[in-house]
Amino acid sequence: MNKDISIKVCTGTGGIAAGGNEILSEFKKALSSAGIEASFNGNCSVHKVGCRGFCARDLLVDIIINGEKTTYQYVKPDMVARIVSEHIIEGNPVTEWIVGEDYHNFHKKQLRVVLSDCGEIDPEDINSYIKVGGYEAARKALTAMNPEEIVRIIKDSNLRGRGGAGFPTGFKWELTLKSKSDVKYVICNGDEGDPGAFMDRAVMEGDPHSVIEGMIICAKAIGSTLGYIYVRAEYPLAVKRLQMAIDRCCETGFLGKNILGTGFDFHIKIFKGAGAFVCGEATALMRSIEGKRGMPTPKLWHSAIKGLWDKPTVLNNVETLANIPRIILKGADWYRGLGTEKSGGTKIFALTGKVKNTGLIEVPLGISLREIIYDIGGGIEGDRKFKAVQTGGPSGGCIPAEFLDTEVDYEPLAIAGSIMGSGGMIVLDETDCMVNTAKFFLEFTQSESCGKCTPCRIGTKRLLEILERITSGKGKKGDIELLQELSEDIKATSLCGLGMTAPNPVLSTIKYFRNEYEAHIIDKKCPAAVCKDLIKYFILEEVCKGCGACKRVCPADAIRGIKKKPHRIDPALCIKCGTCFYACKFKAVSKS
Amino acid sequence: MEKKLERILKNYVKDECNIISTLQDVQEILGYIPEEAVNVLSKKLDIPTSRLFGIITFYSQFHLKPRGENVITVCRGTACHVNGSERLINRLFLELEIPPGGDTTDDLRFTVEKVNCIGACGIAPAVVLNNKVRGKMTFEKLMREIRNIKAGE
Repeated sequence: MNKDISIKVCTGTGGIAAGGNEILSEFKKALSSAGIEASFNGNCSVHKVGCRGFCARDLLVDIIINGEKTTYQYVKPDMVARIVSEHIIEGNPVTEWIVGEDYHNFHKKQLRVVLSDCGEIDPEDINSYIKVGGYEAARKALTAMNPEEIVRIIKDSNLRGRGGAGFPTGFKWELTLKSKSDVKYVICNGDEGDPGAFMDRAVMEGDPHSVIEGMIICAKAIGSTLGYIYVRAEYPLAVKRLQMAIDRCCETGFLGKNILGTGFDFHIKIFKGAGAFVCGEATALMRSIEGKRGMPTPKLWHSAIKGLWDKPTVLNNVETLANIPRIILKGADWYRGLGTEKSGGTKIFALTGKVKNTGLIEVPLGISLREIIYDIGGGIEGDRKFKAVQTGGPSGGCIPAEFLDTEVDYEPLAIAGSIMGSGGMIVLDETDCMVNTAKFFLEFTQSESCGKCTPCRIGTKRLLEILERITSGKGKKGDIELLQELSEDIKATSLCGLGMTAPNPVLSTIKYFRNEYEAHIIDKKCPAAVCKDLIKYFILEEVCKGCGACKRVCPADAIRGIKKKPHRIDPALCIKCGTCFYACKFKAVSKS
Repeated sequence: MEKKLERILKNYVKDECNIISTLQDVQEILGYIPEEAVNVLSKKLDIPTSRLFGIITFYSQFHLKPRGENVITVCRGTACHVNGSERLINRLFLELEIPPGGDTTDDLRFTVEKVNCIGACGIAPAVVLNNKVRGKMTFEKLMREIRNIKAGE
């Protein structure tokens, strides 16, 4: 057989959950029983690849024969045999399993820079990275550039911190370069704690070498010999792949002593977090590495002057660092040209919630929210009505429909009442309650507040209590004003970013959805029918077929009725869990 | 236990920043961090127990009480929240008869815990069942898995 066959199977966290590893071995089995030897470098290769972005269609498999790529979606282990025999051996792709138009629409408006190799290369194989130009940028930086030149390129590229705050990266590096010290550190912040964000996980799992390469270049620019990657404990696969990548780099001479014979030394250690959201904050993260409780300290000095163990430190986010090798190779002008006037390049977002196409996307800065949600995301699931898009996680806010044409960039999103944040983008529709959404984020920030400063520790607790009161139907007149006043105080007086931004979800939902707050407080009603204490479930007699599906699933035994006759919910027994609502095929169970 | 701790400490370089990773190793081997272990560590490492407890109670990953043989971690990230994770947790607590205020069944077979976000938002709601991530979880699917575990024991 004279074919060049390459099979790529997604084995990111989402891919593995969808059976990625089983399908990978199924392919190897099916190929060898067909007499085709699958190896990593021969004519036929089966690869593990990282996150492809479109997790909702997992498992995605690429079959590339003589350069022609076919992508299959929703692949299950029992589909492998047919794909191998019909497509690979006979040359007839199994058309009904191939991705459709919507898959291509999902990718059309994207611009993949950081994610360009994620989902294409084998994250566990350094050669796979080197083949696509990996470590060329590090070689260039170490052999042909001096620190000032590197800093200049990064400054000129307009790259800003992708962790969310948007501090210009080149400026941070320059400050650290100018700080005089015998020891300096590079830290990669992989403590991606925002709920609803998984950009950094995908990069660490799918293209770990790009992060390491970014760190090597940073180390050269500031004159550091030791770096740390701080990864959340909740990301075991990212820890494993990063460790593998570091080990391979040490063996091949990209890390360690005398890198590439240039006399430059650099080592990287992985530090596993232990589950604390506040450790994503720069000073808290450094205290955590120092072996202390991860509590923020007042920022008397920029960490470029006094950071980890009081030494000059650059702390960059995963995505920021993964951009670096590309900028070094392709130049500052190219990168700056991709974005807006104030911010260069692209940004990865985790587009989730009530959109049809959920997944990881990378777009040029300056694209509108509408393009992201409707063109890439394919619009709202079930064609329901769009209500808001939540960006920036617990530090961000909810942006309503009238701001859908806002440009995605640090400043415009701030004007719309939210923040860019690390890249979570959760779409909410008419079935989501905005007061409940604000409460959800406050539950989060309240439990993650480290407790060091009073405004955050007690203030968020009080905010949460008021929101709980409102959602349980005990809201009082004046509660909205109290929420606003307290929010402003917390913002103004908290020690770190967690407290300073924690009230944002409350403020932005009051600003744009005040009517929902009023409905809860005055009418004691939840317009979206979400808040348990304000709704009741009932069965529409004329729709009910008497099939008994609701009765069988009810955990509280609250549904009465005889077969083929309309059923009834006993409100005294109903615990409002919503199980019957989702169990009824005829939409006879309703809530209001 | 002391022997197990000795083995962990053999790899320990006396450096403040190793405390967290040492505690992670202890929990990995013992399943949780018993008070006794903290006392032993404190003596061997010459670190006050108050400091160790301070660290253990600060990070949500450390547990001072024994946990169930099977751990079900339900993701509470935003994407999972809007896709019904709260409903999932409430029913799970009910069905497994977990005592109020606790997270583990009386027979120590199951622990149900919440996690802030595991970053599997594309397949929300996500659940980690004994270290394996499962996406698009429904209560029925989860109960089937739990029954399988119970039958297999």
